Amino acid sequence: MKRDKLVAFLFILPSIVLVGIFVYGFIGWTGVVSFVNWRDVFPDYTFVGFRNYIRLFGNYRFLISMKNTAIFTFLFLVSSVSIGLLLAILLDRKVRFEGFFRTIYLFPMAISFVVTGVVWRWLLNPGTGGESIGINLLFEKIGLSFLKSGWYTDPNIGIKAVVIPAVWQMSGYVMALYLAGMRSIPTELYEAAQLDGASVYQVYRYIVLPLLRPITLGAVIILGHISLKIFDLVFSMTGSGIGFSCDVPALFMYDTTFRGNYFSQGAAVSIVLLLLVSALIVPYMVYTIRSEVRR
Amino acid sequence: MLKKLLTVLLVLSLTFAFASKLEIFSWWTAGGEAEGLQELIKIYNKLYPNVEVINATVAGGAGAQAKAVLKTRMLGGDPPDTFQVHAGHELIDTWVKTGFMEPITFLYKEEGWERVMPKGILEIVSYNGEYWSVPVNIHRANVLWYNKKIFNQFGLKPPKTFDEFFQVAEALKAKGVIPFALGTKDGWEAAHIFETVLIGKLGAEGYKGLWTGKTKWSDPRVTDALETFAKMLKYVNSDHPARTWDEACALIVEGKAAMTIMGDWAVGYFYAKNFKDFGWVLAPNNEGIFDALSDSFGLPKGVKNRENVVAFLRILGSKEAQEAFNLKKGSIPARIDVNKDLFPEYQRSAMEDWQKHVIVPSVMHGAAAPESWVTEFKDVISLFVARPDVKVTQNALVNIAKAHVGQ
Amino acid sequence: MKTTRVLLYLVLLFFVIFYLLPVYVLLVTSLKSFQEVSLKTMWNLPTRPSFESFVRAWKGDKAKGLRGLSQNFMNSVYLTIPATLISTLLGAMNGYVLTKWRFRYSNLIFAILLYGMFIPYQSVLIPLVRVMQKIKLYGTLPGLIMTHCVFGIPITTLIFRNYYSTIPTELIEAAKIDGADFLKIFTRIVLPVSPPAFAVAAIWQFTSIWNDFLFGLVVTPNPAVQPITVALNNLAGSYFVEWNIQMAGALLTALPTLLVYIFLGRFFIRGLIAGSLSGT
Repeated sequence: MKRDKLVAFLFILPSIVLVGIFVYGFIGWTGVVSFVNWRDVFPDYTFVGFRNYIRLFGNYRFLISMKNTAIFTFLFLVSSVSIGLLLAILLDRKVRFEGFFRTIYLFPMAISFVVTGVVWRWLLNPGTGGESIGINLLFEKIGLSFLKSGWYTDPNIGIKAVVIPAVWQMSGYVMALYLAGMRSIPTELYEAAQLDGASVYQVYRYIVLPLLRPITLGAVIILGHISLKIFDLVFSMTGSGIGFSCDVPALFMYDTTFRGNYFSQGAAVSIVLLLLVSALIVPYMVYTIRSEVRR
Repeated sequence: MLKKLLTVLLVLSLTFAFASKLEIFSWWTAGGEAEGLQELIKIYNKLYPNVEVINATVAGGAGAQAKAVLKTRMLGGDPPDTFQVHAGHELIDTWVKTGFMEPITFLYKEEGWERVMPKGILEIVSYNGEYWSVPVNIHRANVLWYNKKIFNQFGLKPPKTFDEFFQVAEALKAKGVIPFALGTKDGWEAAHIFETVLIGKLGAEGYKGLWTGKTKWSDPRVTDALETFAKMLKYVNSDHPARTWDEACALIVEGKAAMTIMGDWAVGYFYAKNFKDFGWVLAPNNEGIFDALSDSFGLPKGVKNRENVVAFLRILGSKEAQEAFNLKKGSIPARIDVNKDLFPEYQRSAMEDWQKHVIVPSVMHGAAAPESWVTEFKDVISLFVARPDVKVTQNALVNIAKAHVGQ
Repeated sequence: MKTTRVLLYLVLLFFVIFYLLPVYVLLVTSLKSFQEVSLKTMWNLPTRPSFESFVRAWKGDKAKGLRGLSQNFMNSVYLTIPATLISTLLGAMNGYVLTKWRFRYSNLIFAILLYGMFIPYQSVLIPLVRVMQKIKLYGTLPGLIMTHCVFGIPITTLIFRNYYSTIPTELIEAAKIDGADFLKIFTRIVLPVSPPAFAVAAIWQFTSIWNDFLFGLVVTPNPAVQPITVALNNLAGSYFVEWNIQMAGALLTALPTLLVYIFLGRFFIRGLIAGSLSGT
């Protein structure tokens, strides 16, 4: 028994050590940098307390980028979950060519965010001088001109337009999660419900959806962390956008660190992002642990 | 058999031990730039065939990605043997003042470059009485490009002053042509244009003084520049946030827009699109001024292959290399003793101007101010495009300048 | 109810179009010449379709200093396959320990490991380079593999932990009573039922690692060692981009992961069904 515990510990030790150094060590380093006066390529470790953070929260661009991330995350999560769920429900209805549909919906995950960003930049370019291009042109051609929009060139829309490629890329994954979840629901539950005379709608509303709640939570966590860290997609698609309407903290951090050489400010942004992420994951951990104790 | 294998291995390992390297770091990844770099490497390898040249390049954002990687490497303790850097404050403030570079005044003296390069560029590459990098090429930022066909069609003359500019713009607008093509996706383009407006309103000395503290940012001429720029923005294409500078130039190629202000790398784009019908004048009110930026290479301290780097730098400043490189890249040599007749029309005229015009350093492309200032300047102007509030913007510019030259 | 069926298929078809639109643009653009490429004509079919962009993207052009993708393709293979296998195995090992050999701080350790998923990668670049240099792995493929393994541990651990929690503990207890030790239980009982989790973890990791750009760019600065994604980025000029070549290159780069999803997609779903990510 003792020996087993030892082997178990050895099994998990490499991961703990590696994560300890590469994640926590680096977070520590970032934290230290955020509290010093490093504003040039040459490192300067003079301690300045919270000054970088105070400056950060007075920085116009930073505040906008935080607002944008909040908007983006909310829209991205809601849309991905809704579309993923919708597609899963549809495909669960014994559809012909299910494999074909599933593959099509899933494949965008195979593409990198950089490529996605570039193509959607083209697609959502509204055109100029009275001439539409991209999606706007399509809408025109099929008679749905009222759907035309300035997309990300419109400062009131900005980052909301970036939600579209993000959903394009990840909703298939959410669909796969839900589909898997639905398929693991024991058929007896379905049969019992049908025997009781429940309609399709009622089956989904009162049996299936509640059982899918843990999946929703898991999807939210994974999508949420992608959303908070989002960089590649915005970088290649819109950059900061007009009036910083597409700016996100990761982009701001990259710019201020590697273009402006303001390393301490970049570090402060990273720490703020990490704290935000913690706000997401801690409840999830608590929930998972509690639900397992129940089992 | 084993003995033979061992001997071969021994010889190979000895060869590897003596074969030295030269790592060149740049963002010249494709098109004319990459070809030009190949020419340089060819010339180098002809003289030093035993040196393995590692062409470490990073594309993207006119060097923004490369600079990020460079900083990561320098701070991580893995400097490349030599790296592409904009001549001027980008180099001086980022790497020289912080002690990462070795002066190369000795090269200038040995090769006699002081005699064949204009004073303007020598000023840009010097600091504290020493020279710090070799300018390989010169690009000009203050050029106004226009679609000749459109202008001829409507009987318009390319504008030389701001007044003429707005007259032409009004006429074009009335005819349904986008007067001015702009692409702001990468964030620096608007500031690039504003730079030329500043030059136009303040003149060479006034503009230079902005970055040294001699000219105050609260100067009424700066206000005028902002107001003029705001007016110019009324004549641009509405989808500019979606377009990069070249996609904006595409509007000119397609005949949908008539003018744009951009550096002369636009020529490379027009040629690649097979578009020959373009004309150029200097940006409004920029007569006699050469707004210059330069790609250069220096000597980092403590590099492993110092001899190879020095040899490479020597070649970079030579007539042969400057001709070969710039012919491919579409820029002009920093040296003035190069054969002009080898070059196409635009470059020839630029080379003539290079010798005659007053040279000012470009701010958006690293010559006039340190990177932190450039980034803040860029961000402020980027915001101005969305919200042309002259007073707020001018105040911001004043404050930013205070932080850098303590006005 | 025939009409609802029709409606159902219509909706499904609508989404098919939504998901395929970008691919259409990618394909069509990559078959054009640079002169023909323009935002205005992005929907138009090429007037003279040619595979020249693909050839240039793949082979590059040595005389012109354009580096083709072919030289970096194998780098990506040598990077992705080992990194996927190692990180997946580590995830399995961690998942096994965390679910079947609980000790006092199991959940805490899980949280500690999981948290690594959330760090924005730009913030760790500089210390990463420093550490890699100290252990002499900087600029090498093994160094890049190690980087991906480390940053892959959180997600693979998550996948396997969730999956292994569905294995009834009675099975493990019974084996212990029979005298099996830690390793024997792992190899004889746990691993044999692991394929669904392996499918999910391996496919996810393969995609992430193959598509990674940032680490490949920073950890391995020598173009000869870099993965294909970095080479793809370098197909673009730094001043303007020849979109036909870029998009052709993008399609070529995405081919392996696309094939993985097309042919192995169903194992991914099966793995999910088996509870790898549902969290119950």
